[in-house]
Amino acid sequence: MTIDHILAGLYVFSLAAFLGYQIISKVPQLLHTPLMAFTNAISGISLVASLLIAGRKSDSLLIPILGAVAVASATINVVGGFVITDRMLKMFKKKEAQK
Amino acid sequence: MIALLASLVEQHAAGGTDGRVVVYRVSLFVASLLFLVGLRMLTNPETARRGMQMAVLGMVLGVLGTLVHRDIVNYWWIIGGLVVGTVVGVPMGLLIPMTKMPERIALSHAGGGLAVALVGIGEYLEGHPQQHGSFAMGAVSFEVLMGAITFTGSLMAFGKLAEILPGKPMTFKGQNAMNFILLAGALVVLIALTIHPGLSAVFYGLVGLALFLGISLVLPIGGADMPVVICLLNSYAGLAASASGFALDNNVLIICGALDGGSGFILALIMSKAMNRSFANVIFGAFGSDATAAAGGGGKGGSVREGTVEDAAELLKIAQSVIIVPGYGMAVAQAQHATRDLASALAANGTNVKYAIHPVAGRMPGHMNVLLAEANVPYDQLYELDAINDEFERTDVSIVVGANDVVNPAAKTSPGSPIFGMPILNVDKSKAVIVLKRSMKPGFAGIENELFVLPQTMMVFGDAKATLGKITAAMKGTGH
Repeated sequence: MTIDHILAGLYVFSLAAFLGYQIISKVPQLLHTPLMAFTNAISGISLVASLLIAGRKSDSLLIPILGAVAVASATINVVGGFVITDRMLKMFKKKEAQK
Repeated sequence: MIALLASLVEQHAAGGTDGRVVVYRVSLFVASLLFLVGLRMLTNPETARRGMQMAVLGMVLGVLGTLVHRDIVNYWWIIGGLVVGTVVGVPMGLLIPMTKMPERIALSHAGGGLAVALVGIGEYLEGHPQQHGSFAMGAVSFEVLMGAITFTGSLMAFGKLAEILPGKPMTFKGQNAMNFILLAGALVVLIALTIHPGLSAVFYGLVGLALFLGISLVLPIGGADMPVVICLLNSYAGLAASASGFALDNNVLIICGALDGGSGFILALIMSKAMNRSFANVIFGAFGSDATAAAGGGGKGGSVREGTVEDAAELLKIAQSVIIVPGYGMAVAQAQHATRDLASALAANGTNVKYAIHPVAGRMPGHMNVLLAEANVPYDQLYELDAINDEFERTDVSIVVGANDVVNPAAKTSPGSPIFGMPILNVDKSKAVIVLKRSMKPGFAGIENELFVLPQTMMVFGDAKATLGKITAAMKGTGH
């Protein structure tokens, strides 16, 4: 891994963290629980890393098994997280919309 | 977009690169953008749902793009994992009651931590980080450390929230010293691994150490402090995911990890600020243990005035303005619908009803808002601490439904109290207060509440849901 790779990663991380901080500070208290469920679901993107571990050619059986467990846990978070976020967001209504 | 993609694929195919790599990279790039846009839309309840759909699209793209990756040769393990995850995840998402949301979030952090830790272990077994130099090895070690801490720490938090484990802090002598030494030890091991990546025994030792740390760090933290713990664990899970992005040279992981880590960190800051405490105090302070309970002191010397549901109904019938203050007790009693029914009866009677939501009411950020939304309370009736605190003195009746520490005037008046300095809702300023409570037992912080002995306070004991139902019936029954 070259220094360019490392720096490129750090650029991405810093910019994402800064942008994330700016955006998330704007999320009202009202939506904090859905926010947690949402970020939880998108951090399930680690699924893509799990897919590679589970699907790569490997001599040992242990690695794909670890990968499959990781795929299953990440999928639970992604699928469950989105379902639950949607369930919550559907409930938030303004007064006029209700009647 | 598709044309651009096609041309990129062609170019690379001509240049000898596998076109599927381009598809993989571009789909992850687009997914990252969709996640950011989705998050931005989540800042407004009007657009939040569409924002979430953006993120779903991003996720589908990311997964499909990865599935065409040329390194993937065996699909059976993947299909198995996806099927199991979906079969467990969908019903869990659909069926879990809103009152159990803190538990479900804690469990999902455990799952996230586990997934990331396993990815790190898998990478190590395949020998990738060892070949890619000390930075990659450091990233993988950090990923595994944080992932494993998140895994067991979140399971502990879940146990405490679900009351499988005792909610009181579990402390012993030298506990903090032990945790510090273990943390320092983990860091030393991490550095050692960047120098000698091949020491696999040390690597697995780090995994074991991290699993143990997750348990021992959460052990001394009480149930009422779980909102901060959940947020911090959220942040750890994010950092672990970011580290895995560094190790795998995968930007979407770095970005999502940063967003997840950032959001957990910000929420933890908001929570601890709303309790006027530092992170260190929350994590190492063993708040709510016997020592702090004894220091409470306040609240002695007054007597409690107990009222019946009829008394409460009479008082509410003549009230012009009412503020409802929900707390964790409302979630426990599942009283959100009964609360809303009473509010409707009050509104029908011409009373102006508002809800005051303290940032740490409940067991996770925004817990009360979700429960009230479930009960169809329009969100423009929900007010944050700063927005409503000046209104209490102009309010006829405040109804406290299962809240305790967040309405305790000791936070303003007793410098000796452990919650002194915490911003509270000024319920004590309103002309009359009705407190719904199961018994006189103190709240989770273990502190006496002076509010309960104020002359304008009426205590109505019993299950909040049943009591609210009876008050509503009493209000409607005799007409007006």
